[in-house]
Amino acid sequence: MNKILEVRNLTKIYGSNCPQCFTSTGPEANTNICPYCKSIVAAFNVSFDLYQGEILGIMGESGSGKSSLVKMLYFDEAPTQGSASFFEKNKTYDLFALNSAQAMWLRNHRFGMVYQNPHLALNFQVSAGGNIAERLLVSDCINYTKIRDRSKTLLARTEFLIERIDELPKNFSGGMQQRVQIARALATEPPLLFLDEVTTGLDLSVQAKILDLILELQQQLKVAMIVVTHDLGVIRLLTSRTIVMKYGRVVESGLTDQILEDPQHSYTQQLVASAL
Amino acid sequence: MTLLPKSLETASTKHQNDTSTSQSNVYGYQFGFLDEDAKKEIRRTLLKAVAIPGYQVPYASREMPIARGFGTGGLQITLSIIGADDTLKVIDQGSDDSVNAVNIRKFTAETCPGIKLTKRTQEATLIQTRHRIPEIPLKERQILVLQVPYPDPLVVVEASEEKRKIMHGGGDYARLWVKLYEDMIKFSEITISHRYPTRINGSYVIDPSPIPRFDVPKLHQSECLYLFGAGREKKIYAVPPYTNAQPLCFEDIPFRVEDFTDEKGQRRACARCGSTTSFLDEFLGNTGEKVYQCSDSDYCNSQLALRETLSE
Repeated sequence: MNKILEVRNLTKIYGSNCPQCFTSTGPEANTNICPYCKSIVAAFNVSFDLYQGEILGIMGESGSGKSSLVKMLYFDEAPTQGSASFFEKNKTYDLFALNSAQAMWLRNHRFGMVYQNPHLALNFQVSAGGNIAERLLVSDCINYTKIRDRSKTLLARTEFLIERIDELPKNFSGGMQQRVQIARALATEPPLLFLDEVTTGLDLSVQAKILDLILELQQQLKVAMIVVTHDLGVIRLLTSRTIVMKYGRVVESGLTDQILEDPQHSYTQQLVASAL
Repeated sequence: MTLLPKSLETASTKHQNDTSTSQSNVYGYQFGFLDEDAKKEIRRTLLKAVAIPGYQVPYASREMPIARGFGTGGLQITLSIIGADDTLKVIDQGSDDSVNAVNIRKFTAETCPGIKLTKRTQEATLIQTRHRIPEIPLKERQILVLQVPYPDPLVVVEASEEKRKIMHGGGDYARLWVKLYEDMIKFSEITISHRYPTRINGSYVIDPSPIPRFDVPKLHQSECLYLFGAGREKKIYAVPPYTNAQPLCFEDIPFRVEDFTDEKGQRRACARCGSTTSFLDEFLGNTGEKVYQCSDSDYCNSQLALRETLSE
């Protein structure tokens, strides 16, 4: 299997950052706020690998740093320390050594992001089709007919009603908006997709359909994904490997089945027990 | 710099020599109203603008005796590069006799003693204009100064200037294309009538000031130098001679200019001179019927004169 992403010692601190930050926070200290300088340690020394076509789950409670992690990898936020490399056939990109233009290129051509809140990704002033067109236009496809065809194919794949392609996103239900977001993220066929709490806030039947869709896409297109969620059902259904985070630290990682059936860390045990 | 018109090349030396006699006019102003430091700053800004085609160079826009938004950007450029041996033409919407053109012409003439004024496009070395590029193609060593209300084409899609600068820096114009896309789905054609976003030298996209689409192709590989001044927004940019200027459009939907065809598909002609190739203004005649006439008054007059000599 080909490695697609390698993350090493990724750290993110919001605030002034003092030498005691790392020793005085974490699951043992039961906080992620440094008592000395009041900085928030959102992620500390997170390392993992991701392989082509694999779905990796990041699980944890609110404020455990799972979203911060994905935002750093998608260039939404700059890390405090650490490195990440993205691998293509015969090319390696050191993510945090790129200049902003190169980072934007990688983000637009190779990565896709689906946020929990469609307002973060979609432009609500332009139509559903326009939102997908934007991604295509960024990657230098400036042929109107091609853009139109591609948007329709993508929306059809996400089981979106093609007749509503020219409507504004505000006319759609949450599930529909999420489909537009997924179609938009997939527009350039990125080899790596970040899903940040995609099903949170949707009703159960819509959740099931979106999850089905994600699995289908992974099998058809061999997209590697990082799925951030606090929902154990999503983890069980989608992912093959899982990382459990608490207060910015990775407390447990391994095969999803293993983690859910035989959790080792007390926090994971509590999490798995409370879900039943 | 050989392509640069004479007035810009020699401007700085000329004005240094002028300083001693510059206060000889009745009002006691400097030649060109602005002080020499202000002119020098604007000229340096202009050189930078020419060196980076399409890039909006910030400058310290001065207070002028006309209100911002009435052509102060263009006026400051004109006053900074004009010399006593220049011939100036000022137009507003193609006409030499519109109120904005008359005011600016009078002001420049009074503060720049010795300059020649003209209404003929071919005779002018320097033309200040609002909303039009003259019909008669401009030549080398002519400068067209455009008055710009909104210099940034991205302002329609992004409100924050900080973010717009990053977008320009990264060549990120996707949201302008999305606007074109939205036009296509709503109206099946692109509805931008003026201020059409145009990519200069394959890099920066400019707002070519409110010239009609009809005039946008004139920016491409032109012989003359185009200077754009936005006084209120404090930006100067340029399209140098022989530079590519491509209006944004889709590969499969060619850029289209106003064609002025009537119901029968016939190209309308100017009611005065009969030209069928010029940009036409539409207005209502005495009996309420629509009348079409050249917007460029100098072109219309010269066509009319040509027609009269031919008929004699």
